[in-house]
Amino acid sequence: MNKNKTYGKRILPGFGLTMGITVAMLSLLILIPLSSILLYSFHMSAKEFLALILRPNVRQAFLTSASCALIAAVINCIFGLNLAWILVRYDFPGKRLMDAMIELPFALPTSVAGITLTKMYSDQGVLGKLLLKAGIEVSYTKTGIVIAMVFIGIPFVVRALQPVLEKLPKSLEEAGEMSGAGRGYIFRRIILPELMPSLLTGFGLALARGIGEYGSVIYISGNSEKQGTQVVSYIIMQKLNSGNVDYEGAAAIALVLLFISFLLLFFVGIMQAAAGRRTIQ
Amino acid sequence: MYVEMKQVNKKFGSYEAAKNINFGIEKGKLVALLGPSGSGKTTILRMIAGLETQDSGDVIIEGTVVNDIPPGKRGIGFVFQNYALFRYMTVEENIAFGLRVQKKDKKEIAGRVKELVSLVGLEGMEKRYPHQLSGGQRQRVAFARALAPNPQLLLLDEPFAAIDAKVRKELRQWLKEMISKVGITSIFVTHDQDEAVEVADEIIIVNEGKIEQMGTPIEIYKKPKTAFVSQFIGTSAVLNDFHGFRGFEQLPEASQVIIRPEFVEAFKSDNQKFHSLIPCSEEGVIREIAFRGSYLELTLEVNGALLQTNRSLERRPVEIGEPMRVLLYRVYLLKDQDAYLYKNQLLKGVDVEAL
Amino acid sequence: MKKKKKEPMQYLLIGTGTAFFLIMLVFPLAEVIFRSLKDGLQVYSSAIIAENTLSALKVTLIATVFAVLVNTFFGLCSAWLLTRFEFRGRQALSALIDIPFSVSPVIAGLAYIMTFGRMGWAAPFIRWLNDLLGTDIALVFSVPGVVLATIFVTFPFVSRELIPVLQTHGTAEEEAAVMFGAKGGYIFRKVTLPHIKWALLYGIILCAARAFGEFGAVYAVSRARGKTFTLPLEIDALYMAGSAESITQAFAVSSLLVLLSVIMLIIKQVVETVSRNRLKVQAQQKEDKPCM
Repeated sequence: MNKNKTYGKRILPGFGLTMGITVAMLSLLILIPLSSILLYSFHMSAKEFLALILRPNVRQAFLTSASCALIAAVINCIFGLNLAWILVRYDFPGKRLMDAMIELPFALPTSVAGITLTKMYSDQGVLGKLLLKAGIEVSYTKTGIVIAMVFIGIPFVVRALQPVLEKLPKSLEEAGEMSGAGRGYIFRRIILPELMPSLLTGFGLALARGIGEYGSVIYISGNSEKQGTQVVSYIIMQKLNSGNVDYEGAAAIALVLLFISFLLLFFVGIMQAAAGRRTIQ
Repeated sequence: MYVEMKQVNKKFGSYEAAKNINFGIEKGKLVALLGPSGSGKTTILRMIAGLETQDSGDVIIEGTVVNDIPPGKRGIGFVFQNYALFRYMTVEENIAFGLRVQKKDKKEIAGRVKELVSLVGLEGMEKRYPHQLSGGQRQRVAFARALAPNPQLLLLDEPFAAIDAKVRKELRQWLKEMISKVGITSIFVTHDQDEAVEVADEIIIVNEGKIEQMGTPIEIYKKPKTAFVSQFIGTSAVLNDFHGFRGFEQLPEASQVIIRPEFVEAFKSDNQKFHSLIPCSEEGVIREIAFRGSYLELTLEVNGALLQTNRSLERRPVEIGEPMRVLLYRVYLLKDQDAYLYKNQLLKGVDVEAL
Repeated sequence: MKKKKKEPMQYLLIGTGTAFFLIMLVFPLAEVIFRSLKDGLQVYSSAIIAENTLSALKVTLIATVFAVLVNTFFGLCSAWLLTRFEFRGRQALSALIDIPFSVSPVIAGLAYIMTFGRMGWAAPFIRWLNDLLGTDIALVFSVPGVVLATIFVTFPFVSRELIPVLQTHGTAEEEAAVMFGAKGGYIFRKVTLPHIKWALLYGIILCAARAFGEFGAVYAVSRARGKTFTLPLEIDALYMAGSAESITQAFAVSSLLVLLSVIMLIIKQVVETVSRNRLKVQAQQKEDKPCM
């Protein structure tokens, strides 16, 4: 339609320019490099691909990453809800400091977090010694992986919940109280449903971060194939670093990991849309 | 015609915001685009400004088709709904913005800003920011800002919507005076019929993306052309199965009519002034009396229908349950989408309004 | 938030929350400082001024500055595009920009190796370009590679901060400027920028904080200690060396990054407070407008 010149104009300037820049940068920096992984995987036949993915150590790594990230995300949901709740609802000394420090895991380099947690929870470390007496080993076990993932995941949950809690009208709870409902009942039936989309958003983000996490995990995990403490990103990195570089193996594993990430991203997108609908009401 | 729209259409997705819009406005007129929310009136205004582009048709300003002329070059001043003042600029900077864009001489800008500030009566507030102003003051800034580059046409989108009901009336008068003082052709959008009637020289009534009627406020009030207009303007009641009333016997069964309070006269049967009209009237009973400040609003039951009329407080007192004679002068008879005035046949040219 | 009385439930929640907070977030910080100073200031300072550390600091700064510049530019363009225009595929584009958030950083590194590395399909093109320009730039296992990997992981940060602000701000003021015939650059500088400057700063801080701390992605594309290593990589190398001394040195270098992170958090908090106060003023302004 040549009509468009006259009739389909955009009023604010810069559409073509920003569209060009956005698409070009997104493609060059993100999409094309990522698609190279896909391209590389095509060098393999489906059989080879499956064989690579289903190797015992790879399978074990996916299992470890997923299960640890899942446990960590659940722990983060519980404590994230606790922290967000007290930060929004209560006053106590050090609240502002706590609020600011919640994002430390975002700001602190993962390798710093990794070596610090390892030393803290090792049999020589402050907490490690204590826990060892209770018979719990943390460093170089899956428990350690979970702890590292809890550390890096906690801000996602707190930051997803805080704004929603702030906007949640007190009258909702008061209406519940007026009708004589108990505390637990009000929380379960009134507050939790309101928070659910945001809680799941935080859960999804923490999970996604945990599954792909590298820096903070690799020190505390010990990376032992025997004990099943190798995570997926460690396996990928190993294939890039060791004497016999295995690009194809790395690509295959990365592709599966990418797929999982996209699924989670999709899930988070749906949750955010649901949260958005709620706030409008 | 100074501003014209010819066969203009506009869709947003599947929603038709403008359907074959045609109208012309003479130079110097102050025109209201009146319609309920979602009727497309704002879209029409924004298409004149160039802030929306029509899917087809032409917008013409001073004989020139401006379809391809960008908004900033159409010589239009625009007062936005909620004013859209630049929040991070002072009153002065807001007013000067258009002149600065045109790279006018600094002295000239300062002079023009000063002139406008005094025109809208905001002396002493030049250095304030929008959030330090009241709603009315913000409107004045928006008005001055739109006028600064000497536009030939002023468009205002719901100029009173963001203002407190109390000061709104004052501001209507103020705006009307200002526009006539500046002598600029102006079009404003409103959903409030009082506002349109009070301020505008002419009213264009818009509904569902179509123009229902255009005319002076009196014309629109007295001679509504469509069913929509007859209901939208003034207070009115719709009666669905209207026939058999005295003077309206010839109306077909199941006629739909619109009755305004002004069309109804209620008087006591001993009222000498209306004595001769008793044969053309019906028996009615007062069901409700509401005090409206300067008059009473009576609800009467007549032949099973409820009619409203206004009664001056100067007349004799009435009470609920009191029987009254009810005279219906005329109704708007609705046929499909059109409205016709239909008079009480028994009055036969008696000019009731002269009584 | 005023509370009439503190109840047992409240004490319990504050107690558990604080305990979690102390163990998970505060203890590690203290641990870094404690371990870095364990062998005295001498060891500490020598670790800081070691040649490898200084080189790593330089690479870290280069990567951070480039990441901030590139992503600020991208953030402004994409946020304008996604909030100022309606077009088909807008949602999809917005989702694509978020990809680096949920992709493992290791994958980012891998993606660049597979594109620009020796085996990568774009390698011949890079070679051709180098021949043409008479340069010898490598896009992986080099400083440019480190920069690219850092850009990847911080890609959406600025954009994500700007989009909600631009969305709530609406387009009316820009339209008003258009009515006066103002051009794009002028509108952006005079009308839009004042609204988003705090969000922009906030995004830049987040971007910088993530950039100087990135490990996984950079690790994949950086091999030469003392040349292309960033501080996190240097820490890794020191720690992995395994001797008690080198581990202390690793913590000494870590303390530098901890300091940087804390500074970033403080700036972030300040920016947040200032912009929140701004919002309050605007909210008040809205309250002043009755009937709307």
